[in-house]
Amino acid sequence: MDDILNVKDLHVEIKTHHGIVKAVRGVSFHLAPKETLAIVGESGCGKSISVKATMRLLPSNGRISRGSVQLEGRELISLSEREMLKIRGSDIAMIFQDPMTSLNPTMTVGKQIVEMLKAHRKDMSAADMKKRAVELLELVGISNPEMRYKQYPHELSGGMRQRVVIAIALACDPKVLIADEPTTALDVTIQAQILDLMKELQNKIDTSIIIITHNLGVVANIAKRVCVMYGGQVVETGNVADIFYRPQHPYTKGLLSAVPKLHEKTDKLHTILGTPPDLMNPPQGCPFAARCSHTMKVCQQYQPPFTQFEEGHTSACWLHDPRCHLEEGNSHE
Amino acid sequence: MNAKENNINANIPQELFVPVQVDQSERERISRPSLTAWQDGWLRLKQNKAAVVSLFIIIVIVAMALLAPIFSPYDFAQTDYSAIYQGPSAAHLFGTDGFGRDQFTRIWYGTRISLLIGFVAACLDLFVGVTYGAVSALLGGKVDAIMQRIIEVLVGIPHLIIVILLMMVLPAGVGTIIVALAITGWVNMARLVRARILQLKGQEFVMAAQVLGTSQKNIILRHLIPNTVGVIVINAMFTIPSAIFTEAFLSFIGIGLSEPKASLGVLINNGYAVLQNSPYLLICPAIVIILIMVCFSILGDGLRDALDPRMSK
Amino acid sequence: MLKYIGKRLIYLVLTLLIIVTVTFFLMKQLPGTPFDTERFNNLTPAQQEQMLEKYGLNDPVPVQYIKYLGNLLRGDLGTSFLYTGRPVSDVIFSRLGPSLLIGIQAVLLGLLVGLTLGIIAAWKHNSGIDYFTMVIAVLGVSVPNFVVAALLQYFVGLKWGILPVAFWTNWFCSVLPSIALSFSATAMFARFIRTEMLDVLEQDYITTARAKGLSQFKVLMVHAVRNSIIPVVTILGPVVVNLLTGSLAVESIYSVPGIGSLFVDCIKNNDYSTIMGITIFYSAFYIFVILVVDILYCVIDPRIRIQGTKEG
Repeated sequence: MDDILNVKDLHVEIKTHHGIVKAVRGVSFHLAPKETLAIVGESGCGKSISVKATMRLLPSNGRISRGSVQLEGRELISLSEREMLKIRGSDIAMIFQDPMTSLNPTMTVGKQIVEMLKAHRKDMSAADMKKRAVELLELVGISNPEMRYKQYPHELSGGMRQRVVIAIALACDPKVLIADEPTTALDVTIQAQILDLMKELQNKIDTSIIIITHNLGVVANIAKRVCVMYGGQVVETGNVADIFYRPQHPYTKGLLSAVPKLHEKTDKLHTILGTPPDLMNPPQGCPFAARCSHTMKVCQQYQPPFTQFEEGHTSACWLHDPRCHLEEGNSHE
Repeated sequence: MNAKENNINANIPQELFVPVQVDQSERERISRPSLTAWQDGWLRLKQNKAAVVSLFIIIVIVAMALLAPIFSPYDFAQTDYSAIYQGPSAAHLFGTDGFGRDQFTRIWYGTRISLLIGFVAACLDLFVGVTYGAVSALLGGKVDAIMQRIIEVLVGIPHLIIVILLMMVLPAGVGTIIVALAITGWVNMARLVRARILQLKGQEFVMAAQVLGTSQKNIILRHLIPNTVGVIVINAMFTIPSAIFTEAFLSFIGIGLSEPKASLGVLINNGYAVLQNSPYLLICPAIVIILIMVCFSILGDGLRDALDPRMSK
Repeated sequence: MLKYIGKRLIYLVLTLLIIVTVTFFLMKQLPGTPFDTERFNNLTPAQQEQMLEKYGLNDPVPVQYIKYLGNLLRGDLGTSFLYTGRPVSDVIFSRLGPSLLIGIQAVLLGLLVGLTLGIIAAWKHNSGIDYFTMVIAVLGVSVPNFVVAALLQYFVGLKWGILPVAFWTNWFCSVLPSIALSFSATAMFARFIRTEMLDVLEQDYITTARAKGLSQFKVLMVHAVRNSIIPVVTILGPVVVNLLTGSLAVESIYSVPGIGSLFVDCIKNNDYSTIMGITIFYSAFYIFVILVVDILYCVIDPRIRIQGTKEG
């Protein structure tokens, strides 16, 4: 199966006043056509930076220090900025976290959609562009699109604005749609609507989706495959069922147990003790070693390799190493 | 690469595969030492090279203003008609003016007067402004409403024009300038202090203190005042140069200090009159006033960035 | 919105009334009479007394105040003593042209240079041009404008003889005063738009625009500059104040026959009816500018517009 997007060994560094933050340290993932991949992890684990790097949309103080991003076999890292402009928006489009801030407040909604068409569909006439923009608004479920076309973002509700952001992203039928926490800033009822809309649209227009989230509910709802990130690295990858029912990595297990369950009566929420590693001085070994309850000496010194379980289900943890079981018997589950 | 990695992994000794006990409390350890807001601000200010240099230059200028007139062999008002309009020389570093007075001594004496006006005016501003703003914000209600209406009217008045009128009416002198500046200058400080206190009063940590039963006095002393000092210091840093500027401006248009007294404004005005033949008489005091203004401005910006990062936008 | 403007107008009138009152009573405290100055040395004490009577200066002060207010409502600012017998309003309006000319030229120059510098500085953040702009901005707001004017006059006018100074015969005479006056405005605009742009460039909608595949130039011009320029309106008030202040010194230095130099002349000659006239004129102008700026801002920015109508 040919992957539409293939990211390998991506490293991103961000320069700050205090030093260089190694925000992404060797992230690899791939995306099949029409597939939905979820990238999960807590704040600051590098998930958002990874996908921004995929589009080469890093802030000016960030840079990709190593790695490869291939879109349908074409390397993006070495492309010139001019060639990259043609890909952004047209082949890969992005939806952002906060619809309150991701639309230009002084430009009408319609203009912001048309702007995307102007950049990539140079053969379209102005009238066609307007027609297409109204169609897009209708497609994302905005009623009265003709009127909304002429309105400013502040005249729309949060949910509607996110629909507009989606309409912009879909304007040029992208092959890959990257959604960076598309529901985090929205009310719970609106969240479900937006997720449903994304699923529905994926069926309609055959696009592949990468969705970034820290919400496991969203993952279960929309994704086929999951990448769990921690401390700038991928720690576990697998199908939704693998991750939810047969998690291997202690961090994934921790994440899952932190989700409160309806049928369990308990006074306490499970938490993962400690704080994420300081990526200015990333740990030499496993990033999770400092918070893991099964930490071994090896974890603090060496980065664990990936161990494969089922097809497509891999996890990077020293507990999977045979030597561990020799020493300890099978005291770990 | 992969094979090599596998090789390394295979070479990891068996004995490393033993669990280690991690102290639970260690996990919640805060890795950086905690600093008070002031220490933090000072550290940030020290990183701002321009601000540190400005601070240094201000200290040098203040020292010169205090010491130079004392150690100078000349008096600022001592005339010497045998040595008028002399260019800079070893005897007279910045030359002499039309009365043969030593320009070097006069400049530092003038700087002293200008700085004095700046500091005293800023202190008066601070006193009146902070009191007015704090009373308005703390009492609230009708008192606040009335005090705010007064401010709103006063804000609409162009200050410099009122200062000019006051200068014309009151007897000329340093005290007059300071009073005139203070009468008009406190409004801005009062607004800033009031806004800051109101903002603080609405914040969670003050509410938390109230909920915990902290007395009103303690809330003011422990929470409101320390968090307002930054705003006050920063604003004072901008008031000083603006007072120095206003004085110089008044002297320049001829209603500030009068001869033989010297301030930087008086010197510039005198220098301007003989610009064509003795440009150094204008340029030297101009450089000093520019240095003072620029350094206070940079230091003020630096302090704002350091003490109150949110305000720097 | 209308309610808001109404409220502002009431404040405007109130502020003006206070200014008129303060000015009037301050002027009454002035030592001596307008006829003490050298110009009137040829007058005998009897003639002086006659003049005082003629101008109503022997009436009790409250009576003079009421009379003055009444005259003011009819647009009569009294009679100038320095320009004997001419109505103050006439004197002011005859001087308006040159002041407006250099004032407007200074604002335009400041906008052009300041905005260009500021935008480029933000775009090329932490580059040479950024540091250059910051230096200009700091110098511009901290170097007193009369020093700038004097130095420009010395170097450009006297030493190099490029532009005329101290005349007012043709348009070229207005160039140097305009440049001297624009210095602080340039600095304020440059500094403001730079900060504003840097802030805007961090906004999410800039990333959205970049994600659309728009070129850097388009992102900058269409999204960043437009959103940064709108708030520039808010500093027009302080800029105008600076220009008013600056014009006093600059017009005197370059002998521009404008209101600023008139004001300084009148201060030197105790012409207090004209001083009062100019004070009131300046204050009214300033308050009016602030009001226009506030209304303009509400009209331009769609975000504020909706809030404004909700409140008003």
